[in-house]
Amino acid sequence: MCSYIVEKAALVGSAKGGKGWMRIDTANVYFDHPYHSTLDHVLAIDFTNEGEGGRDRVAVELSAQSARALVERILAALASGEAAHGAEAV
Amino acid sequence: MSYYQGLQAETVAFRGYNDDQGEAYYARPLRAGRFPGIVVIHHLPGWDEWIMEVVRKFAHHGFAAISPHLYFREGPGSPDDVGARVRAAGGVADAQVVGDIAGAMAYLRGEANANGKIGVIGFCSGGRHAYLAACTLSGFGAIVDCWGGNVIVDNPNDLNAKRHIAPIDLTAKLGCPLLGIFGNDDANPTADQVNRTEAVLKRLGKTYEFHRYDGAGHAFFNNTRDAYRPEQAMDGWHKVLAFLNRHLAAPAASVAAE
Repeated sequence: MCSYIVEKAALVGSAKGGKGWMRIDTANVYFDHPYHSTLDHVLAIDFTNEGEGGRDRVAVELSAQSARALVERILAALASGEAAHGAEAV
Repeated sequence: MSYYQGLQAETVAFRGYNDDQGEAYYARPLRAGRFPGIVVIHHLPGWDEWIMEVVRKFAHHGFAAISPHLYFREGPGSPDDVGARVRAAGGVADAQVVGDIAGAMAYLRGEANANGKIGVIGFCSGGRHAYLAACTLSGFGAIVDCWGGNVIVDNPNDLNAKRHIAPIDLTAKLGCPLLGIFGNDDANPTADQVNRTEAVLKRLGKTYEFHRYDGAGHAFFNNTRDAYRPEQAMDGWHKVLAFLNRHLAAPAASVAAE
């Protein structure tokens, strides 16, 4: 609904976009009108490196339901992976 | 040829707020004549392909239309990436947007094809920007607000340094006729907010017309979205063009003199 509400998550990681791999430090997360999707609203995530100006991003636009399913799968992958490998310190 | 159609559309440079030079998408009919102007304000996600189609649609219907890229200062980059940067920074300041709209209006007024009358139309956050501009700038002959959210601000916490006033509070300064297009299923603005906006316009004796559509929500003109409602959109476009032609068309005498 054209809000300006953005949730910011600090990250340690990398992402691959049109220019190849880059370090990322932030995920800007919002639920609003998409740019590309045909859905009225999407859960959008922009992975970016704000420490380097935030000029480049890796973007996804997800339906609300699939975004919730993704959250569950991320947590499941972490649980099974950490059970197998041990938890990382970062 | 009894029915000639042609238009030219391109990116142009314009001077906006603070005399900053930015980019705008500009389209006009190719036939000879003088045309009313229309400033087209994009929605929050950015200066996208759909808004450029809207600009060409206006040119097809006999307007010189310009859509300033309100996020040009965050460029260069593709409009979607630039829009993402603006969103991450909390949006653009109202004063800057109004300055850019003034610059786009000046661009149209400076063109040889101008008939001297200029309107402004905005969609979604652009509807709010159009309302704000029409209450702040002189020189507009008509304004169209298509489902502009946050014209009424019910939560004071939604006001901040960039958007420090609710446009509804400037309505007394509105100096031109206003057309409002709304979907009754919209969450922002809600049907109640639309009613309250109309009540303010009525109380202040403003010239306006509101059209509310059942079975439609936000952005129901946008044919790239599931929100698209073809029947309501067709009727809405008819009302938009009729309204703008009524208020911006050149007087018969000046047309006859061309």
